[in-house]
Amino acid sequence: MVEQVAQHAAMVVHGEAWTIKELFTLPNEYIYWSIQIVMYPFMTGLVAGAFVLSSLYHVFGVEKLKEIARFSLVFSFALLPVAMMPLMLHLQQPFRGIHVLMTPHFTSAISAFGIVFLTYASIVATEIWLVYRKYFVETAQGLMAMQNRSNIDSFRMMVFQALTLGAWDISEEAVEKDHKACKIMAGIGIPVACFLHGYAGFIFGSVKANALWMTPLMPVIFICSAVVSGVALCILTYVIVQEIRKYLARSKMARWAREADAPKAEELEAVKHTEVMISSNYLLYFMIAAMTLEILDLIFRGYTQVKSWDILREVIMERDFTKIFILQYTIGNLVPFIMMILPGRTVRRTTIATVLVLFGVFMMRYNVVIGGQAFSLSFSGFMDYHLPIIPHDLETFKEGLFGALTVIATPFILFYFINMFIPAFLKEEEKAPH
Amino acid sequence: MERREFLQKCIMVVVGASVPVSALTFIDPKKVFAANPDIQWAFLVDTNKCVGCGFCVKACKTENDIPFEAHVSRTWVERYVYTKDDKRYVDSPQAALHGFIDSRIDLGRGEFKEIDPKNVGKAFFVPKLCNHCSSPACTQVCPVGATYKTDDGVVLVDRSWCIGCGYCIMACPYGARFFHPVKHVVDKCTFCYHRLSKGLDSACVNACPFKARRMGNIHDPNDPITQIIMNERVGVLKDEFGTKPQAFYIGLAQEVR
Repeated sequence: MVEQVAQHAAMVVHGEAWTIKELFTLPNEYIYWSIQIVMYPFMTGLVAGAFVLSSLYHVFGVEKLKEIARFSLVFSFALLPVAMMPLMLHLQQPFRGIHVLMTPHFTSAISAFGIVFLTYASIVATEIWLVYRKYFVETAQGLMAMQNRSNIDSFRMMVFQALTLGAWDISEEAVEKDHKACKIMAGIGIPVACFLHGYAGFIFGSVKANALWMTPLMPVIFICSAVVSGVALCILTYVIVQEIRKYLARSKMARWAREADAPKAEELEAVKHTEVMISSNYLLYFMIAAMTLEILDLIFRGYTQVKSWDILREVIMERDFTKIFILQYTIGNLVPFIMMILPGRTVRRTTIATVLVLFGVFMMRYNVVIGGQAFSLSFSGFMDYHLPIIPHDLETFKEGLFGALTVIATPFILFYFINMFIPAFLKEEEKAPH
Repeated sequence: MERREFLQKCIMVVVGASVPVSALTFIDPKKVFAANPDIQWAFLVDTNKCVGCGFCVKACKTENDIPFEAHVSRTWVERYVYTKDDKRYVDSPQAALHGFIDSRIDLGRGEFKEIDPKNVGKAFFVPKLCNHCSSPACTQVCPVGATYKTDDGVVLVDRSWCIGCGYCIMACPYGARFFHPVKHVVDKCTFCYHRLSKGLDSACVNACPFKARRMGNIHDPNDPITQIIMNERVGVLKDEFGTKPQAFYIGLAQEVR
């Protein structure tokens, strides 16, 4: 008996560890796409949204968003590699993941990933280079002119010399050209960012076997909620980083804070206020669009009542009611929406609202990905997802709470390192012509 | 070189290069070298004959190295029970590996439901397996082309190329696919392709004591299976997905999905 149990435990098929089946489900049905596939559209959404926020300044010239725009551009660069991470963590054969880029099978929606993702990555990288080229050149020249450099400074000099890519011309005309090119790149970047995320929605929306996913609205819903989450995360991170900078400015703990022309804590506060207020307006617009589409989809399903509605109704209205209507729509959409439209909006209130918005978008991804697998293809049974919390093997780590937390933490760690060479906050604003 | 001359030469190169390329479409090696262009495998299930013994599941798991204790299977049998008070119960305990040895209905979560035999209106068994669709959703969505359809109509998986993303599992409307518990790649019914190519029956067909499962070449009008499919009333599962399944069912109830 003991051996039998041990043998049985060793033979847990993928998905069995976190799926609880109820009534009649087909023998091979499990929740195969788990928390990492929830993280995937959530993270790509943040990338796309952060980029759209930065483009508002670069393309449409919303001058007041200048600082947060530059910040979101760098942050979206830090988020980029993380969009791939959940996919790698979820693959059963992660070492073959490269096949998707090398030998894509073009009838599959996923095969577009390599092309779209790499196009997008190169656009973001180019844009960052154009924005920061002047800074790279100036820093490199400054370091080169420095007498008796320390090892760290020599290393920094080498990195900055490499980052200039040999383009040392920072005359007025050259910089003006950079700005023009940057505007064009940002202009191309918006549709590509939307495509990057719209295609993530397409992956789900085109699965005809899944009654919940299959809707042409899916890509559009995904794009809108992507922008919502991206803008919200940028506001949140921006506020946090500004708070840290305010603290550093007061306590003079950082190198830049000890310089003579360092920004004062009050100045930082004032800048933060304007930027946050304006970005949160855009957040509201996109929230309205996202909510309208999501609710339209729900109403349409309820009204048309096709064959799958019976089981979908039970999942949406009964089993997942709390997750969908309380956590997603009420706490994640309605409450922050009211918080932001009520008069006398403050930075603090907006910041709390963005946390709730991020939670709401995460729950939306969760309800789509997990909710879509909560019912059997036979329409006569249900599957319940139990997120593995304490990992007992590699699989329950990768596709469990800690795997998801790893994915969430990575962009912030990357941002810390990227920020060393591509500082999201530059002081040379007054000099730069737009 | 003049611009005009350059353009002329460009056109010549393009036209010249496209001739051999178009020749390739005339002599499609796939068509020329296809070993058996006249074979298109199809499966026929006679639900009236199935008694739910589960021999097919045992034979399949043994033949294809799917561990008995793993809760997945390339083929399975479903039991449908309709009561006189208009309730419907379906189950397939362990994919019917051991047959239906318990008269109670498996409700999942370790719960079972005893049904009064006097209350049973009708009851029947439905064997299921991969439908080897003519336009399969699974091969369409594979991002690396690791799953494909052979020229004789069988959908296969290349174990050495599958990345294990699970997209095909999601795309299959029949739940025929799963992750192999040992190989960690997608697995599914192959119609026992290794046996077919030697002229043998597939394992489940061979094991069925009542001829509820049969296979034939649908391109051969004299094949007895083709005769049945052409002359009798047969149905397929979930035709609304447009996948054109190649597993045909005699006596299919509309509730079977």
